[in-house]
Amino acid sequence: MKPIYLDNNATTRVADEVVEAMMPFFTEQYGNPSSMYALGGEAGHATRHAREQVAALLNCSPDEILFTSCGTESDNTSIHGVLEVAPAKRHLITSRVEHPAVRTTCRYFREQHGYALTELPVDAKGNLSLSELESSLRDDTALVSIMHANNETGVIFPLEEIAQIVKSHGVILHTDAVQTAGKLSLDMQKLPVDLLAISGHKLHAPKGIGALYVRRGTKLPPYLKGGHQESGKRAGTENVPYIVGFGKACELAMQNMEKENTSVKALRDKLQAGLLTGCQNAYVNGDETHRLPNTANISFEFIEGESILLLLDTLGVCASSGSACTSGSLEPSHVLRAMGVPFTRAHGSIRFSLSRYTTEDEVNVVIEKLPAIIERLRSMSPFGRK
Amino acid sequence: MWDYTEKVKDHFLNPRNVGEIENADCMGEVGSLACGDALKLTLRLDEKKEKIVDAKFLTFGCASAIASSSALTEIIKGMTIDSAAKVTNQDIADYLGELPEQKMHCSVMGREALEAAIANLRTGKTGVVELEGRVVCTCFGVTETEIERVIKENSLTEVEQVTNYCKAGGGCGGCRGEIERILLRTNAAAKPTVKPSKPGRLTVMQKIKMIDETIAREIRPSLVQDGGDIELVDVEGSRVIVALRGACSSCPASPVTMKDFIQAKLREFVADDLVVEEEKQ
Ligand code: FES
Repeated sequence: MKPIYLDNNATTRVADEVVEAMMPFFTEQYGNPSSMYALGGEAGHATRHAREQVAALLNCSPDEILFTSCGTESDNTSIHGVLEVAPAKRHLITSRVEHPAVRTTCRYFREQHGYALTELPVDAKGNLSLSELESSLRDDTALVSIMHANNETGVIFPLEEIAQIVKSHGVILHTDAVQTAGKLSLDMQKLPVDLLAISGHKLHAPKGIGALYVRRGTKLPPYLKGGHQESGKRAGTENVPYIVGFGKACELAMQNMEKENTSVKALRDKLQAGLLTGCQNAYVNGDETHRLPNTANISFEFIEGESILLLLDTLGVCASSGSACTSGSLEPSHVLRAMGVPFTRAHGSIRFSLSRYTTEDEVNVVIEKLPAIIERLRSMSPFGRK
Repeated sequence: MWDYTEKVKDHFLNPRNVGEIENADCMGEVGSLACGDALKLTLRLDEKKEKIVDAKFLTFGCASAIASSSALTEIIKGMTIDSAAKVTNQDIADYLGELPEQKMHCSVMGREALEAAIANLRTGKTGVVELEGRVVCTCFGVTETEIERVIKENSLTEVEQVTNYCKAGGGCGGCRGEIERILLRTNAAAKPTVKPSKPGRLTVMQKIKMIDETIAREIRPSLVQDGGDIELVDVEGSRVIVALRGACSSCPASPVTMKDFIQAKLREFVADDLVVEEEKQ
């Protein structure tokens, strides 16, 4: 049974074109870009081409793109680097709904190095208060790190306005744009962001490749120290096949962005509307207007997310949940809690995230089958029978 | 994804005895929507009110919570109330083959509901599990009594295990130090040690030597495990002066718990009249 994959904010299938572009770099053009012979030169050339493709997606210069191993490395490189060059600045600002890559790293600096940390709250719809951002900026603020769109709810933060506020105070701004790259247009000529992290496997490249946009003039010491690769900004032999794949994936993402915002969005809307009519006591989490076109996070009251996911799995449907049992901890998602979603809803939250590979038939299957699953679990629940 | 046994999957996908017995002889209820899992167990007994003839459950929770509830009802159907009272959370886990460590609290929930139901029958209590004793973990409302119990019944030695078995410590983490001390205390009390018989009158030198040995054998290992240490500073008559180091010295509970624990050990192995004091800085 071919899975109905609706968990594209977790990871995506690699595009066929991407695999095809990568293949020669494993067994034929396997040279090290730093080497002096033609084989190395080919790899170097391919890396340069990929850098241009990634730069095109962000409308920036190729020399502002740094390849890393993943989004988490891009985030860590940014936070560690910025704090290292400004040791006298002891304050950090982030939001309460950040991905763990940023959240845990910022908390690490608070706990292990005594930094002051402001975690900006969000409202019930998951939106940030810009006035609160402005008032929390201090003279010794070293860095503001705020995500572009939330991985769990898909809520998009107003990056342009955030950047304007932060830059008017002369503070460095880092953004985790892992969920938006390839889905929304990111124009670094218009967005005064200093550092922006993106990840390959969220846009149909393989896992294990990421990039960091570093605005020209931003001082950033290498996080991985060693050789002089990546113009001395990141040591370690370049992962040429994956870099090539990532470049290709960015090119495809640009071509498909229109589709993402029309047909993928239409399918998402259909799925959401279908589930809200098909199931009682179901609620959408997150602002519906400022939201990624592919994401719907829906809470089904009185039942628990893991049970829903496992029953969906028996039908081949893949999604994810913000419930405690699936978060690896005992508490439900920090994002939903920050929004004040009551526990009764947080435990039963399911995130569906679509991609350009999602078909209407697949969406129809979920709309048709999920209500029975919800009913079945509610009939077993001491709270579901009213 | 969790590694569930076939048996867990089977009891989740095809749960036995779902529902609520009308006019049940007794019922037990545990958990809440906020906690993320809850179980309501209803039982019907034979005419003599001795044997369980039917059991049904309603559960809100993850797959292993549903499977544990289903297993519980299968285990106790046909049992006398007296034997059912002896069912442990481990029996539920065993029935299912195995539960992932992090999901053991689901089996504990089953045992709690069963106990509440039996108490409901025998004493007329409401059947809703009430908190007994001091609450240690405010995030999940877990009491000292419950923590001690899961430690003893499942031979737990680490805080993480306690979290897996009863959730305590799995939220803000603020109670982990306290759980660590409960572990220390419970396990120190439980450890069957070969006691050298207490001697009669001791010379000062003998006494110091014995205190030192007891510290090395009975006390220090548990403190070191906790990131601390202890040193014998002086013995004046029956006063034993010690210095606590590392994690123990900054531990907010040190004045009470630590001293009580050390003193109890020294009294047990050396002399009944010893009084432990912490060295003043
Ligand atoms: S009080 Fe126990 S985890 Fe918060």
